[in-house]
Amino acid sequence: MRDGRGTVKRKAGLRLWLSGGWLAIVALLTLLAGWISPHDPLAQDLFAARLPPFWVDGAEPGFLLGTDSLGRDVLSRIIYGGRIALTVAVIAGLATAVIGSVLGLIAGYYRGWADAVISRLVDIWMAFPPVLFAILLIAVLGTGLWSIVIAIIVIDWTRFCRVVRAEAMNQSQMDYVSSAVVAGHVRAAILWREIGPNVLPTIVALLTLEMGIAVIVEAILSFVNLSISTDAPTWGGMIAEGRISIHQAWWVLVCPLIVLFLTVLAFSQFGEGLKDRFDPVLR
Amino acid sequence: MMAITLFGAAVIVFVVIRIVPGNPIAMMLPPGATDEDIARLTAHYGLDKSIPEQFVVWLTGVLQGDFGTSISLRQPVMPLVLGRLPATLELSIFALVLAVIIGGAMALTGTRFRGGRTEAVIDVANGAGLSIPDFLWALVLILTLGVLYPVFHISGRISPSLDLPFTTQFYAFESILRLRFDLWWDLLKHMFMPALALAIPLAAIIGQLLKQSLKETMHLDYVVLARTKGYGENHVILFEALRNAVLPTLTLIGVQFTFLIGGTVIIERLFSYEGLGNMAIDAVINRDLPLIQGIVLVFALLFTVVNLVVDLTYALLNPRLRHA
Repeated sequence: MRDGRGTVKRKAGLRLWLSGGWLAIVALLTLLAGWISPHDPLAQDLFAARLPPFWVDGAEPGFLLGTDSLGRDVLSRIIYGGRIALTVAVIAGLATAVIGSVLGLIAGYYRGWADAVISRLVDIWMAFPPVLFAILLIAVLGTGLWSIVIAIIVIDWTRFCRVVRAEAMNQSQMDYVSSAVVAGHVRAAILWREIGPNVLPTIVALLTLEMGIAVIVEAILSFVNLSISTDAPTWGGMIAEGRISIHQAWWVLVCPLIVLFLTVLAFSQFGEGLKDRFDPVLR
Repeated sequence: MMAITLFGAAVIVFVVIRIVPGNPIAMMLPPGATDEDIARLTAHYGLDKSIPEQFVVWLTGVLQGDFGTSISLRQPVMPLVLGRLPATLELSIFALVLAVIIGGAMALTGTRFRGGRTEAVIDVANGAGLSIPDFLWALVLILTLGVLYPVFHISGRISPSLDLPFTTQFYAFESILRLRFDLWWDLLKHMFMPALALAIPLAAIIGQLLKQSLKETMHLDYVVLARTKGYGENHVILFEALRNAVLPTLTLIGVQFTFLIGGTVIIERLFSYEGLGNMAIDAVINRDLPLIQGIVLVFALLFTVVNLVVDLTYALLNPRLRHA
């Protein structure tokens, strides 16, 4: 039994290191984009259009991952695109977590009419296809970073709300909550000081997953050309352009796709790893 | 309950899309149009009234089966939506079937060879399927089976050069009824990749949950009894354990199926598949208010119906609820 636990723990550790490492690399590259990126991501050079990446014949040494059909450097665009993706992931992820968790805690702990209203809202929300809802919201709010963030919050608060509500309901059955009630604590204080910290690990694990989802939502929105502005480099926008010129310049699609793939995978694996780490049975 | 949810969904969409800045009428007229023209057309589409008034007019229409007129396509919304719905339904159902087959096969294989290397491989595959969304699987499929080894078509629903004898929009279904397997094969080659992309995450969920329930069932007394009777491992899994282990998975498939239908929106776009979701994105880009409303309401209705069917199936399959 002890051995079994050890393996699970080691696996979780490796998973955390690998995924965390990749996320750290992406974060560092995007933070230092101004110094690191070899070219201006918007600079066009039609004479250097569709240059292949370095491992293919005919590559130019200055363009590591090649250029797109307008001669823009793919690597620089990926780095600057990562800036938008990670900004959206962090801001939208945190805001969604806060709003969804607060509503979930209220619904799960106070029950009664607050729970009835919130749960009904969640039901209504679940009747919308999320991608369609996101596109609709962007159409309403106009394109731009803040519109994407707001759209993600509006769509995904239910994800936190549902889980945190169930978790808060579980926790309120526990003895320590009853003792706090007997000790004469105010309900709001119990919620904030007793239940809150116990639900926090769940929220943190969900938050990492949510950041991965935010990256995907941003990519999807920029894929249908509804993200920032049309010329800002985004992973989804690059994928959309690469999808069109796929037979002439596959690397325009493949390079950002690999980065997007690894980033989403890293976020979800980091979240899963955290969940294992926080799991009291395994700890 | 279902009615309240649908009504709530209708209200939200109605209010949200009417805060849209940008006048859809101004967009559909040629640049030389006068303010008078715009005002006349705005009144024609009823957009000059207040939002509550517009809602009452729209709701009365909907209850009579009239969803209004599409602004960008200048046709009644109802036939437009109904014309596209079958394509999306066929895609979703095909994806569901794929997910059940793949997920089921993974779970059964994993249970048969539990504890060994095969199970470990299946667990890793499930993990990957779970953590990567359909949008990315679709792109990976386009690259591999569409471009690198072009086995399947990467865009459209059916090859445009083909003559279509169909009277309904359920092409795949009708082509079988008409015994036109050449057309069916062409449809399948178009539908396979989008359906597989939608199916992979669901297959992973099915594989994981079903394997877990199967492994739990394998320790129960009646399975042990079947084994002592001399039945082989395959027989025990397929004919004894499966029937009892499948119930939690069935409930989950129902919930997840609505997510799958929601996923068709972007997947259809990616594969230029002429379904409801692709139409929805165009409608949003064109700010076609009546069309958006109609499509979202149809999706909401679809979701609620799926949930209802799941609840009913669950009641039918669960012996404890059947006699209650």
